[in-house]
Amino acid sequence: MLKSYYSLINKWLIALVCVVAVTSILLLFAHTPPLTTYKLLLKGSLSSRAKLARVFQVWVPLMLCSCGLLFTFSMKLWNIGIEGQVMLGAIGATASLMWISPHFAPWMCLILSLGIAFILGALWGFGSGLLKTSGGVNEIFGGLGLNFVAQGLILWLIFGPWKRPGIASMSGTKPFDVSLWLPHIHRFPVLGMLLALIIFILTAILLSSTRQGLKFKALGINPKAGKLYGLSPTANTLIAMTLAGGCAGLCGFFQVTGVYHRLIPAISSNYGYLSLLVVMLANYKWWPIPFISFFFACLNVGSIQLPLILKIDSSLSGVIQGICVLVFIWVKQLSVFERADDT
Amino acid sequence: MSNKFWKSLLVITICVFWGIFWGINGFAQEKPFTFALLLVGPYNDHGWSQAHYEAGKALEQESHGKLKMIYIDKVNPADRPGITVPQLVDELVDQGAKLIFATSDDMKDGIREAALQHPDVYFVHISGDDVLQGKAPKNLSNLMGKMIYGKMMAGFMAGLVTKTGKIAYLGPLINDETRRLANSAYLGARYAWTKVLHKDPKKLKFSVNWIGFWFNIPGVTADPTQVTKNFFNSGYDVVISGIDTTEAIVVAKQFRNQGKQVWAIPYDYKKSCQEGGDVCLGVPYFNWKPGYKHFINAVLNKTWQQEWLWMPPYWQDINNKDRSPIGFIVGPTVNKKIKTALANFIEQLSSKQIQLFKGPLYYQDGSVFLRAGEIASDKKIWYSKQLLKGMQGPSSAK
Repeated sequence: MLKSYYSLINKWLIALVCVVAVTSILLLFAHTPPLTTYKLLLKGSLSSRAKLARVFQVWVPLMLCSCGLLFTFSMKLWNIGIEGQVMLGAIGATASLMWISPHFAPWMCLILSLGIAFILGALWGFGSGLLKTSGGVNEIFGGLGLNFVAQGLILWLIFGPWKRPGIASMSGTKPFDVSLWLPHIHRFPVLGMLLALIIFILTAILLSSTRQGLKFKALGINPKAGKLYGLSPTANTLIAMTLAGGCAGLCGFFQVTGVYHRLIPAISSNYGYLSLLVVMLANYKWWPIPFISFFFACLNVGSIQLPLILKIDSSLSGVIQGICVLVFIWVKQLSVFERADDT
Repeated sequence: MSNKFWKSLLVITICVFWGIFWGINGFAQEKPFTFALLLVGPYNDHGWSQAHYEAGKALEQESHGKLKMIYIDKVNPADRPGITVPQLVDELVDQGAKLIFATSDDMKDGIREAALQHPDVYFVHISGDDVLQGKAPKNLSNLMGKMIYGKMMAGFMAGLVTKTGKIAYLGPLINDETRRLANSAYLGARYAWTKVLHKDPKKLKFSVNWIGFWFNIPGVTADPTQVTKNFFNSGYDVVISGIDTTEAIVVAKQFRNQGKQVWAIPYDYKKSCQEGGDVCLGVPYFNWKPGYKHFINAVLNKTWQQEWLWMPPYWQDINNKDRSPIGFIVGPTVNKKIKTALANFIEQLSSKQIQLFKGPLYYQDGSVFLRAGEIASDKKIWYSKQLLKGMQGPSSAK
């Protein structure tokens, strides 16, 4: 037991050192002092309550998307279409708020909007699953295609039926009334955080303590053997994709009601793609998700210091995130850990 | 120890403390006033954002350490996914910014929210009209230069030079501002075509194509390079750019290299013609220095008053870098005859001998914009609800 913990810590430590080393070399090539950069990233994300609140504003969508991806990854499905599922959730949230807000109390509108966002995201995920199970379209290509369709749909809505009076701009739809904004406490998106935590706990329970979780795992490891045991790959693929889509839809709901307060073309903020990295870095396990999401959120929020202070591009945070995943996968493959596990 | 030693020590100590006191005090006095820019595009885009950046930098340099400029560029959801304007304002305020210029119409909602969150910081939203609409908190003002005149000059040049009588306008997104500017360019072109060249107004074709945003966002906007190529391939020989980047002039140069007689007129940035050389007829540009200076002084002198400031050109010298908020630089190879015609046109605009926003003018749908003899008020020009009759292209999204 102790050895296994030791091995785990060892593994993470080596991965961390490698990430820092590779990133530092890159920074030095860019004539940027690595220590200052790290300090700025840290300061930019954790040095004040307001900054921490911003971090949680990113943490919530990353958590929601990552939870969704855990279902599909447990079936060894690459749900690239998660971006489109976020967008559909956002469309659902916007549509419901637009249409029902004049007739119901704001809190009821928000709850209804949450439900519709979940359903639309889930349907989009189901569609991607259906393309795979019925049409034989690989979920990567099906998902990518549906992402483009979702993006096109958002643009059409923003430039068309939902445009602001007299304006056609990608700045988005008219902002919602403040009463329809997801409430924040001291700038912390507490309701969003609560939602993310609930979804996380439900995901963890479903994956680790239920028959359904076991079915996902069994079919993911060996679909043929699963079939022999009477498990349906088709039904379970659809269930996993639908659940993933639902979680992504909730992320879309949060982006509309908790962050932008309107629908914009880039409403997903690429959190779907970023969550793929989060889950990969978590080695497809549920328990590291909150921590890695937090780390990635810190990088995202802190990175704005880079152009501000060092005059370097903030896309560096994306480079660090990518390096993290690559180095981790590389370190994982190193036989030294296999040997450590054996001993 | 001797008495002399103690006396000397006392004198030295007093001198040191006096020096430290004045040093600290002096340092406090010389702490620069920090103002910040939120730029929608890259700071070196050779367009809108660079014009803002250079104005701020010029003020910083001329202040001899009394002003400090900080900025964040590429403030748009495509370049910085997940980042919001209020979040960036928090960062700028943390860095000591006391006055923040938000330089895009798209920042309207975000900057209003930020202004409410930071009542002790001053904000200027460029190109907005929250003050006119009564939506702005007291610490938020609006600033814009009267580019309508710059666009009239651009249109005038296009009208004089076109051989085919087909002028194109490469539009960004559709709103009051962009319609107003396209209308101004059309009026300038029509004036040159009918009053200077004495040609049939029916033979002048003026088309507007909107790409969807101020610059190209692949997969989201129409590609301005492609749109410009389409214009030239369809017989338009002058493209007036209304977007923040330089695609029109770059494509025009490519066509010229293939032996085609085409021209382009870029926008926003004083040095934009450098991209295109002899295809550039000139550039209407913004000079944000006077506007920035006005608001910086208002904060420093504690005379801030909420304003909606639409600054006219400094007619005595529209290219005066300290006084004129808009200007027009004539292209490097434009001949003397056209230069003289433009100078006369500017002179007549300045003296109000020419009033292009004077009725009768009609909107595209035939409704009256200005009755016969009516001269448009600033507000009427600002809120241009449609393109004018005679122009081709949509006035709003379908």
